Amino acid sequence: MSDQHLVPTPGQTVGPFFGYALPFEKGGELVPPGSPNSVTLHGTVYDGKGAPIPDAILEIWQADSNGNVPHQTGSLVRDGYTFTGWGRTPVGNTGKYVFSTVNPGATEPGKAPFFAVAVFARGLMNRLFTRVYLPEDTEALENDALLSSLEPARRKTLMAERLADGSLHWDLRLQGEDETVFLDFHAEG
Amino acid sequence: MGEPVKSSDAAADNQAIVSQEIRDIEEGYKAARAAGQPAETQPRVDYPPYRSSILRHPTKSLHHTDPETIELFSPAFGHHDVHALESNLTIQHNGEPQGERMILRGKVLDGNGRPVAGQLVEIWQANAAGRYIHKRDQHPAPIDPNFTGVGRCITGPDGSYEFLTIKPGAYPWKNHLNAWRPAHIHFSLFGTEFTQRIVTQMYFPGDQLFPLDPIYQSIVDQDARDRLVARYNHDFTSPEWALGYEWDIVLTGSKRTWTENEAYGEQGDHE
Repeated sequence: MSDQHLVPTPGQTVGPFFGYALPFEKGGELVPPGSPNSVTLHGTVYDGKGAPIPDAILEIWQADSNGNVPHQTGSLVRDGYTFTGWGRTPVGNTGKYVFSTVNPGATEPGKAPFFAVAVFARGLMNRLFTRVYLPEDTEALENDALLSSLEPARRKTLMAERLADGSLHWDLRLQGEDETVFLDFHAEG
Repeated sequence: MGEPVKSSDAAADNQAIVSQEIRDIEEGYKAARAAGQPAETQPRVDYPPYRSSILRHPTKSLHHTDPETIELFSPAFGHHDVHALESNLTIQHNGEPQGERMILRGKVLDGNGRPVAGQLVEIWQANAAGRYIHKRDQHPAPIDPNFTGVGRCITGPDGSYEFLTIKPGAYPWKNHLNAWRPAHIHFSLFGTEFTQRIVTQMYFPGDQLFPLDPIYQSIVDQDARDRLVARYNHDFTSPEWALGYEWDIVLTGSKRTWTENEAYGEQGDHE
């Protein structure tokens, strides 16, 4: 195996005109809305003044409800039954996004289930990574390496809230008091 | 300096003001390098010359964490998702688009030099006149009824991709008075791990707008900027047909322990 070390290509902003290129039909529907065990993940993307951002686009990537990592193709041409684990949706004019999916399972026993998230927006120079954790398994959440490395106020920004209708609510804040925790997987040390 | 926050999209300042800000940041970076700071390989998210970024960048530093299992894998795409003809942006309508036809070829590699095989590449761009199909684009340049400017492909076993398209034009935007973007093609790329996901822009060699553009300049390191510029390659040029450009993309290094099968691209194309 190669042990070369190449310097990565820089990212750039997704710009304002991704709307006719990146979104695709049923992009946010990892499972058909209303299907058995489906859950809605929804919220709003905000800027540093607390104003909703109308030109962001979100991607989620997750395990299936049993905690298995999906290896199926077919995200771009949803067939209504294959679970690919990946979804993409632009926010609407009021900054709101909606995914129809399933609760991710724990990938290993005792691990806290979460959605991996990538966010892109006009005005955002490079994509950002974050996570949205399910609120239920409090013991797993206590033991999670990332969450336990954060102050409680910062940790809260990665937690979805389970609403009475079973849906998951999670807002993303690019900047400000309650700025979402964004992740760097590649820093040394 | 205690200046009020500039409102984004106000187009209030002229090029001279923005260019001065760009130069000041560059001088600061050069001084930091001379003082032994490491080279910056990614754009700055906090880059005020790009006015729309002012309220849209995190102010806290990114939090380092080790990727968990799901982040060590990537969504899989295959020929089920993308038709082979989607890599040809010149045949999406009834006639030939206007402009300079070009072949764009390259490879997607990870930080260890391994090809990223069987993975999705998406592009979008303005037409030859510098106009996007997007309804938000109000630039009064002509729309080309034979050009949408969206393409997709799946990389080959050696990480290679190829598009046939039209060279995009430069276009004006409202960052400041008389702001023009250098000609570019937007790229969206996946690796073998979710941690490698990037969206970026590819530029053309020798563009006179580079020094003036706050998006290109948000990468403060010249070597890093150069990694976004395609190379004209006469060997890729097709006689009496299209000019050839070459651009390789390097994703970050992978964190996962690899198997031989993955390295040769069997993953990612299960139908």
